[in-house]
Amino acid sequence: MRFSIYRYDPDKDDKPYMQDYDIALEPSDRMLLDALVRIKSVDDSLSLRRSCREGVCGSDAMNINGRNGLACTTPVAGLREPVELRPLPGLPVIRDLIVDMTQFFKQYHSIKPYLINNDPPPETERLQSPEERAKLDGAYECILCACCTTACPSFWWNPDKFVGPAGLLQAYRFLADSRDQASAERLDNLEDPYRLFRCHSIMNCVDACPKGLNPTNAIGKIKDMMVKRTV
Amino acid sequence: MVKLAVTGAHYGLRDWLVQRITAVVMAVYLLLLAAILIASPPHDYAGWRTLFSGQWFRIVSFLFFVSLCWHAWIGMRNILMDYIHSTGTRLLMQVLVILALLFYAVWSVDILWR
Repeated sequence: MRFSIYRYDPDKDDKPYMQDYDIALEPSDRMLLDALVRIKSVDDSLSLRRSCREGVCGSDAMNINGRNGLACTTPVAGLREPVELRPLPGLPVIRDLIVDMTQFFKQYHSIKPYLINNDPPPETERLQSPEERAKLDGAYECILCACCTTACPSFWWNPDKFVGPAGLLQAYRFLADSRDQASAERLDNLEDPYRLFRCHSIMNCVDACPKGLNPTNAIGKIKDMMVKRTV
Repeated sequence: MVKLAVTGAHYGLRDWLVQRITAVVMAVYLLLLAAILIASPPHDYAGWRTLFSGQWFRIVSFLFFVSLCWHAWIGMRNILMDYIHSTGTRLLMQVLVILALLFYAVWSVDILWR
């Protein structure tokens, strides 16, 4: 199977280049990550992140034939050859397919991604009704792989100001949580022409999400909450 | 490495809402105009003059132009915020857009009440 992979080692290379590989895959190499591990057994200078190899850790997000996705959950069968692999767009490249995610996580931390509840902790859990719990479905499953945020042009143009779809989905996850008491501060934090309103609902994030989540819908719900408290 | 910039202007919702409301106003006006043009299409200059001589039609048309300018301001500002990253240049271009749109709005009054 033929691959064309983005290579860049800032210590050695003046600029990035594409390297071609022609690799015979074994029958057990079903996912793109298996193929990459196979390539790495031939050329151990190729650098990439991976960990759980089953779409849970979000480490091996990359640009696969022009679309962001997880190598471990992308079957090699059906990929157009040569398979063009590049690092996630819009983030600084550390080496080959590894990007610097600092900017992404700074935006994630800026929305305070934890439950804020000033009541004394109860003896047991903070209980929710099944209906209240159902509101978190589709919002809590994010694995922070950054496929969505790095597919978003608004994040490409303003990564220092726009929270990005992953961060906004997490912001909604805590706004929708019946146990959270900081809704007003969270909305204040997002009511900004850059932080929230750079989203123009082009839905690249929905297209890219390997977990099938819908950040655009969550962003719409945040705007709904703002409208309800203002109008 | 890009750092987090200072944000927290605490506005944005009104503009977002206004953009949607002005879009609805324009859509309704265009449907109304299309209905009028289909029902009794003006055939000559005198016909067009008659159509725009009604005071209520002038006012509704003026509302359309105000919506158009307001909508265009928010859209243009969005584009400038996305792509122009030098604050000085962005402010200058935003001022130019505002002046141009105000000019068009006043001009539309001149045209409608001629």
